[in-house]
Order: sequence, then structure tokens, then C-alpha cells
Amino acid sequence: MSSLSVAAPLPTVARQAPKQWGRLTLIGAAWSVFAFFLLLPLVIVLTEALQAGVGTFFSAIFEPDALAALRLTLLAVAISVPLNVLFGVAAAWCVSKYEFRGKSILVTLIDLPFSVSPVIAGLVYVLLFGAQGLFGEWLLEHDIQIIFAVPGIVLATLFVTVPFVARELIPLMQEQGTQEEEAARLLGASGWQMFWHVTVPNIRWGLIYGVVLCTARAMGEFGAVSVVSGHIRGLTNTLPLHVEILYNEYNHVAAFSVASLLLALALVILLLKQWSESRINRLRHSGAEE
Amino acid sequence: MLRRTSPVIPGFGLTLGYTLCYLSFLVLIPLAALFVKTAELTWEQFVAITTSARVLAALKLSFATAFGAALLNGVIGTLLAWVLVRYRFPGRKLIDALIDLPFALPTAVAGIALTALYAPNGLIGQFASAVGLKIAYSPLGITLALTFVTLPFVVRTLQPVLADIPREVEEAASCLGAKPLQVFRHVLVPALLPAWLTGFALAFARGVGEYGSVIFIAGNMPGKTEILPLLIMVKLDQYDYAGATAIGVLMLVVAFILLLLINLLQRYIRTR
Repeated sequence: MSSLSVAAPLPTVARQAPKQWGRLTLIGAAWSVFAFFLLLPLVIVLTEALQAGVGTFFSAIFEPDALAALRLTLLAVAISVPLNVLFGVAAAWCVSKYEFRGKSILVTLIDLPFSVSPVIAGLVYVLLFGAQGLFGEWLLEHDIQIIFAVPGIVLATLFVTVPFVARELIPLMQEQGTQEEEAARLLGASGWQMFWHVTVPNIRWGLIYGVVLCTARAMGEFGAVSVVSGHIRGLTNTLPLHVEILYNEYNHVAAFSVASLLLALALVILLLKQWSESRINRLRHSGAEE
Repeated sequence: MLRRTSPVIPGFGLTLGYTLCYLSFLVLIPLAALFVKTAELTWEQFVAITTSARVLAALKLSFATAFGAALLNGVIGTLLAWVLVRYRFPGRKLIDALIDLPFALPTAVAGIALTALYAPNGLIGQFASAVGLKIAYSPLGITLALTFVTLPFVVRTLQPVLADIPREVEEAASCLGAKPLQVFRHVLVPALLPAWLTGFALAFARGVGEYGSVIFIAGNMPGKTEILPLLIMVKLDQYDYAGATAIGVLMLVVAFILLLLINLLQRYIRTR
């Protein structure tokens, strides 16, 4: 999805006056676009949240329903991220270390959840496990509830976050090739020793990068979760859904307070992303110098 | 399936098997259920649902706003990518880091923030409504919301390609007498076009399916500001599973076509 940004070498040639003007205009335009499209929405969340004072802000966040929503969001993240890490490593391994027929189809299929509307991701699980669904009757007989319950929310979150780790690891591992692993094997390492001592240290930062992106999406997913949740307060509400409920009840201050909590998490995620990205770049450069 | 390289590296069967199982159970079989469910409809019923006035209006709206947003991103994304790669200036690192904010920020938060900005009594909306322009609760508002959530696509696909173009190529062109616009048209556009189109297509695909950020700002008037994903939700709330499924299949087919296009473009970029 997001590829690593690569810094261009600094311009060394002194620019003539007309070029200087063009350059300043472009920089000014970029700053304006940035302020208008990105900074303003960020600022409005904070000002709306704090307009009734800090007390109201904190009481909206520490309200029992909000805390229950936070717990459910964290649960969805805690289940979906490790499962997708396992999948991402396995998928990147077979795609990057071997040649086989149908590989490009497999890569396309891994990316598929990105192209599917989140609402459809929720819809397919309703069609499978809902009361009218293909397995609906069987689930009813055995008293298992998936839709309008926590398992449905976890499934929907899993669906939309499937590609994140794999997408970051595949290009990284393709770039690294198979030489180091082959050397480890020829020196007598077992398969797992090779994996833990050679592969994992090599892909560490790419893995963290993927985890960060996966966490962001799992925490913020709205459409897919909204279809399967049923919006039961305190039970099947994630934080983004809680924001929606508060907003639709015209409780704007509370909605923006909870939203600013999510915004804070998003900013932490951006920081972590920046950090892992710079580590990957550093590794690339040191690798190139050797 | 044949494997060719690296017979000494173990784990092919294990990882491929696990990958296929995981994908099948979580993604492929559920998506297949969508088609199985549609098969319960006759072709006439399917056509009747997908060509009803309300669905067509939603389809048109979703596509037009997603296209508008992708186009707008094509312009501002190119500007941002160019400035971030080519110039060093105060705040560059901050802008570069916050470009990804729309991916990190939950879409519901983006939705209420943009609605607060563009509503008739909002920070920007009040000036717009003073000149008689309605942004929130109109297609324009939907386009702006989609522009926000898809902002990183064009920037992030252009940045690496732009950084890889040697400056010497442009300098050579201008030394040979090309004017800046000619350099842009004949040197930069051909080099950047595939990546630009990829970013555009990614933004467009995401925009067509986007739900969370749009429903707050759209107003959701049937036939006027009702997007396609919302219509699926409405049908589900009415227990009209057949209707929801038919629209779902329609959207899925469109998504497949877009995905195919994106993949062809990316292959073209790689092999060039």
C-alpha cells in the first residue's frame, strides 16, 4: 500500500532567480494543500473535543460504554494482528523464496481484501453466519452466535487486515534474495535455526512496519465491523462505532472526545511507522555500502 | 505447481499450504458465498435489482465522486510528491510523516471531523454557505471526504518513481534548449504516467468502496446523496438479503476489474 519514501539527493546546482520563484510557489502551494486537507481536520477534532472543557473530555473517555468499546477494539487488534503476522510471514516466504506457477495469481489474491469494499467484507460473513445465512440454522441449533457478536467483529477485522503484513514483507524479502538462508543451511543450520537466526533479523523492521499498518486498520475499521456488529452498547461496539453512536445522538463533544483518543493512537502509529521506516532505509543503505 | 529455485531452503509446502488455507477460509470462501447467494436469484431478478432507479443513482454518485476525488488527488498528490522529493524546506519532514494520516486515522473520525468543517455552520462551511455553496450533505462534500481518505495513494506511488529519475535527464533536456513545460511534457510525464495511473486507480477503487468517512458528510438522501455501500447497509437493515447481495456482486465485479487494471499497470512499470 504505502511504499517507502526515498530521499532524493540534495540539489547542488545553484538555481537561477526565475526557478527560485517557481520553487517557492510550489512549496507554498504544497504547504497550503497540506494545511487545508490534513492539518485542519486534525485541529478540528481537538478543538471540538475540548470546547466544553477538560472535565467533559475525560468523562466522555472514561465512561463505561467507551471503556467497553476500547476493550473490544483492543481485543480485535490483539487477535487479528498476530494471526496476520503469521500469515504474512508464511505468504512472503513462499512467494519470495520459490518460483512456482500461479505465483502472480496468489499475490493478487493476497491483495484482494484491499480492493473489496469493507461493507462487502461484512456482508459476506452475514451471508455465511447470519440467521438467514448458509450456516445460520446449524449455528442456531448449536447455540453459537457469530453475527451481532464478538466473533463476527473479529472475523470482519481479520478480513480487511489480511494483506498488510504480507504486502510489506514480500518486496523486502524478494530484494534480500535467498543467499543468506542458503549459506546458513549449507553451514548446517536446521530450517528453524535458519529462520530465527537469519531471516527474522533481516525482516525485523519490515515486520514491525507491517504490524503498525495492520494495527492502524484493525483499530479503525468501521464499514466491515458496522455490518456485523449490531451496535449493542457495551457489548459489540468498537471505538469507531461508539463515535458514530455518540455523534448520531447529537452528543458531539463526547463523540469528538472519543475521536481524539483515536486520533492520538493514529499519531502514535505514524510515529512508529516513521521510526521503522527509517530503520529499513538505514539497513538498505548499510547493505548497499558493503 | 512446480518449484524451481533453492532446493536447500525448506518450508515451501508448509508456507504455501498455510497461505492458501488461510486465504481460502477467511477471504475466498466467504466471497464465494456472495456468488452462491446471488445464484438464488434469476438473471431477470438480478438485472431488475441492479438497474432500479435507486441503485443506478447510487452507482452514478459513487463512481462520479470517487472519480472526482481520484482526479483531485492526481493533482494535489503530484504537487506534494514533487515538492517532497525535489525540495528541502522547513516542515518537509512533518508533511512527509502526516501524509499517511488518512490511513492511520479511523475513517469514522475523518468523517465527523470533515463534517464539522464543511457543515453550513462549520469553520469552512460558513464561508461556503455565505456564497451559496453547499459542501456537506452534497456530492461535493462526499468528494472532499474521499479526497481525504485516499490522499496518500498518489503521493506514495509517485514518490519512489520520482526519486529514481536522474536529474541529469532533465538538466540535459534543458541544456538542449527545452523550456520547463517541454521538459515536463516530454521527460517527466512519460516517466511518471504509469505510477500516476496506479495511484489514481488505487484511490478510485478505494473511493468506490469507502463507507465510514462518507456516511457522516453525505446526508444519505436516497437517490441524491446515497452511496452504493450505504445502499447495501440499508438493504441489510430491511432484511433484503437478495438486494444487498446483488449490489455486493456488482461492486465486487467492478473491484475485480480495477484490481486487474492496477496489476497490469504495475507489471508494466516493473518490466519497463
